[in-house]
Amino acid sequence: MSVPALQSDATARRETALWLAQRASAVVLAVCVVVHLATIFHAVRQGLSAEAILGRVRGEPGWAVFYGVFVAAAAVHAPIGLRAVLAEWGGRRGRGVDRALILLAAALAAFGGRAVWAVIG
Amino acid sequence: MKARERTTLAVDIWRGGVHGRLQRYDVPRSGSQTVLDVVTHIQRRLDPTLAYRYACRVGMCGSCAMTVNGVARWTCRTHVDKVAVDGGLELRPLANLPVIRDLVCDMGEFFDKWAAAGGRFESRRTRRDAVMRVAPDSPARRAVDAAIECIGCAVCYASCDIVTARPDYLGPAALNRAWTLVNDVRDGAPRARLAAVAGDAGCHACHTQAGCTERCPKGLAPTASIAGLKRAATRALLRGEL
Amino acid sequence: MKLRPRDRARSSWWAYAVHRISGVALALFLPVHFWALGQALAGPAALDHFLRWTDDPLFKLGEWGLVVLLAAHLTGGLRVLALEILPWRGWQKNFTALAAGATLLVAVLFVLDGR
Repeated sequence: MSVPALQSDATARRETALWLAQRASAVVLAVCVVVHLATIFHAVRQGLSAEAILGRVRGEPGWAVFYGVFVAAAAVHAPIGLRAVLAEWGGRRGRGVDRALILLAAALAAFGGRAVWAVIG
Repeated sequence: MKARERTTLAVDIWRGGVHGRLQRYDVPRSGSQTVLDVVTHIQRRLDPTLAYRYACRVGMCGSCAMTVNGVARWTCRTHVDKVAVDGGLELRPLANLPVIRDLVCDMGEFFDKWAAAGGRFESRRTRRDAVMRVAPDSPARRAVDAAIECIGCAVCYASCDIVTARPDYLGPAALNRAWTLVNDVRDGAPRARLAAVAGDAGCHACHTQAGCTERCPKGLAPTASIAGLKRAATRALLRGEL
Repeated sequence: MKLRPRDRARSSWWAYAVHRISGVALALFLPVHFWALGQALAGPAALDHFLRWTDDPLFKLGEWGLVVLLAAHLTGGLRVLALEILPWRGWQKNFTALAAGATLLVAVLFVLDGR
């Protein structure tokens, strides 16, 4: 076949890895979202107040791990999803876009991590 | 008055290339009339300058594919009664492909992508080797059988939203053909095939809108073939074979 | 960008459109959400100040909208996963309908719970 092998291999690996990361993070998010929604339903029924929320979750390592995983999965899933949107509806693709999206992933992870720390400590 | 009772059909046909206009023709209706019958009548009796393609006219070659009232179809297999809205038809060349003239599109990029996706069988035996055995009921062969009937008519390509949004996307037909070869036990280039289809604007760009599967006149499911390629590429990646 | 569904496979096209638009909306919302929770860093008083906003009916409408977006994106995503990973079956097209139904269900539940 006339396709230059080396370059195609690297691109194929990258695109396949991104696809896999997107689907894997999607499964993690599906679980986290259901748990999160159930938690919010419960909180709404109880009546939201800072005291109540912080009282329940502050210092709980279980919640920290749960929301830490949630944030990480979102930080992976959202930029990869936006990458497709930018490529198809924004007409933008390439190294520049990819670098910007890596920054976005880092920002989401940092912001999210800060939020987890703020609420759960 | 019901559409069936009208005696003439109002047909708007694209004339020109990239720039052009719709031209109106009035065509007498007849029983069991197909859209191809309509176009042929126009070119033979009304306007010999109209350019269009057909060959077998019996639903085997796919040459007559064009856009009928917004939908890509084989005109020889499309009855006027089924698609004429209020006794009218609008005919345009296939979408997502450059227009040569009138209803004729340039199929070059369609077949270039077919080749780029590795649409050619690569042998690893010679005539001196024994004939390879292919079990017809093996999962791999079943996968091939489900996708092998493609005749390259480009209806799927014209119906694909991703092709419209990403002009370099390989497209459903090319990827569907690649899938049949990935599953062909006789094939000699499996690794190169996956590399060719899993790259930029390859199988991973498919978002399962399934326009291809909806419109394929042969009832094939490129969406399923492309999903298979996604899985195959992932398996190869995890095994370090990509 | 063509957004005319007249000539596209109906249910699958809408599933894709809803999935994409809900995804972009959620991606835009997420930083806001993280920022709001980060307010808790300043102590419960700051969080309370923000939480008082949540009693606003407009806010509740926004919350409801978010749950719908979340449910829509989730079920749409499950549809994509099913189409890509499970063996191909004709009935998978009906996953779109299922997805729409599940979205509605979650949205309704949230409304009921909120009242």
